[in-house]
Amino acid sequence: MLDSETNSATIADPKVVCRDVSVSYSGKQALFDIDLDIGIHQVTSLIGPSGCGKSTFLRCMNRMNDVIDGCVVTGSISVDGVEILDDEIDAVQLRRRVGMVFQKPNPFPKSIYDNIAYGPRIHGLVRGKDELDEVVQTSLERAGLWEEVKDRLLQPGTGLSGGQQQRLCIARAIAVRPDVILMDEPCSALDPIATARVEELIDELKRSYSIVIVTHSMQQAARVSQRTAFFHLGIVVEVGETEQIFTNPRDERTQGYITGRYG
Amino acid sequence: MPNSDAHIVRSYSGELQNISALVAKMGGLAETILTDAITALVKRDADLSTQAIQADKRVDSLDAEIEHQVVRMLALRQPMAVDLRSIISALKIAQSLERIADHAKNGAKRALVINQSPPMDATRGIVRLSDVAREMLRSVLDAYVNSDAEGAVKVRDRDEDLDVLYDGYFRECLTYMMEDNRNITAATHLLFIAKNIERIGDHCTNIAENVYYMQTGERLSTARPKGEDAMGLKAE
Repeated sequence: MLDSETNSATIADPKVVCRDVSVSYSGKQALFDIDLDIGIHQVTSLIGPSGCGKSTFLRCMNRMNDVIDGCVVTGSISVDGVEILDDEIDAVQLRRRVGMVFQKPNPFPKSIYDNIAYGPRIHGLVRGKDELDEVVQTSLERAGLWEEVKDRLLQPGTGLSGGQQQRLCIARAIAVRPDVILMDEPCSALDPIATARVEELIDELKRSYSIVIVTHSMQQAARVSQRTAFFHLGIVVEVGETEQIFTNPRDERTQGYITGRYG
Repeated sequence: MPNSDAHIVRSYSGELQNISALVAKMGGLAETILTDAITALVKRDADLSTQAIQADKRVDSLDAEIEHQVVRMLALRQPMAVDLRSIISALKIAQSLERIADHAKNGAKRALVINQSPPMDATRGIVRLSDVAREMLRSVLDAYVNSDAEGAVKVRDRDEDLDVLYDGYFRECLTYMMEDNRNITAATHLLFIAKNIERIGDHCTNIAENVYYMQTGERLSTARPKGEDAMGLKAE
């Protein structure tokens, strides 16, 4: 639970509302009563030391924890007012609306074209080849990859450079027109130029999507996000405007972590 | 020294301490220049004036050194939160101290000129002004070194006393000039020294605001009581 005086866990126009979210793995509790709102058309970054629960929390938002044996999620998470932790919710449909990009680029062992086309095809979002072609092109354009790959769409996605693969994965995520994009350390395997391209892309994408990013790089959190939540030992210690968190954190633990005094 | 405790990377703490130490050293020098300039005026000591003028060069080189260290740390450490605030504050405080030392040096130069003329009673008023300014400078440097935000607020509040003293001194100098027009040259120089001291008070106020920001992350509100100044102009 958050201390309301030092935290702004709730915001005026949330896309995702999380309340009392707790997670345990085989009886061992990893997250304790998390309250956090994810703002619409903005980037929220989750920072904190390894094992603090930030990735666990991220995975709650598209029910990725469902596939882990012994993992129990309680509380409430609603996306646009719809409770997603309900058993009736189809996780596959949910993951179309709440997409995910992982730490290591993981393109399918298929052509660049099919990597993008796969989602729209299985979700039946397009009719006919022309429409599919258009979705592939638009998605690659929005991911800033079109110019680099337009002449080699039928070559395998795995043949691209690491940074290109990650943008391919982002293109794949946006091809199904999600509302929310979750990113789990999307740049940790990329060089600074590829990182800058992905960050520019995140900046661009926030106009259309709500983005949540887990990152170990404080500088990256500072660069790309508008709100930042600091996780520690399974709780949200502090959440606020990114500028406030990095210039004037209210909590000693936040200060210690971001300045490198964390013991 | 402010905010230099226990970084995981020890050399980072060392660099923060180094910047604080440089600022403190610069402050100490500025204080000495001010004291020497006023003593040179009162005791009509040309050597001391020259000494104060020379010392200003060391202040300038410390200012350059601090700026260099700040740029270096911003690039290499990417400081955050209290570290970021203390590094930025060090840069701004160093600039204020450079100005303070410059104003004091200007006083030392004028002392050389004034001391060509016969002694004047009006120099006593300068001592009163400089005592307040020096006290402000000492207190604000203490507040910096001890990371004392409350102490900084008190320094800022003293600036009004200095403004009042300056306005009184302005009138006093006018009286000397009207009494005997042979006083005009010296009294004008004294008036410039007084104005320099009044500006030193303003810079101490800026430093106090930076110390407060460094410590708390909040800006002191700019609303301070302002009286009517010597020219009869009401400040906004």
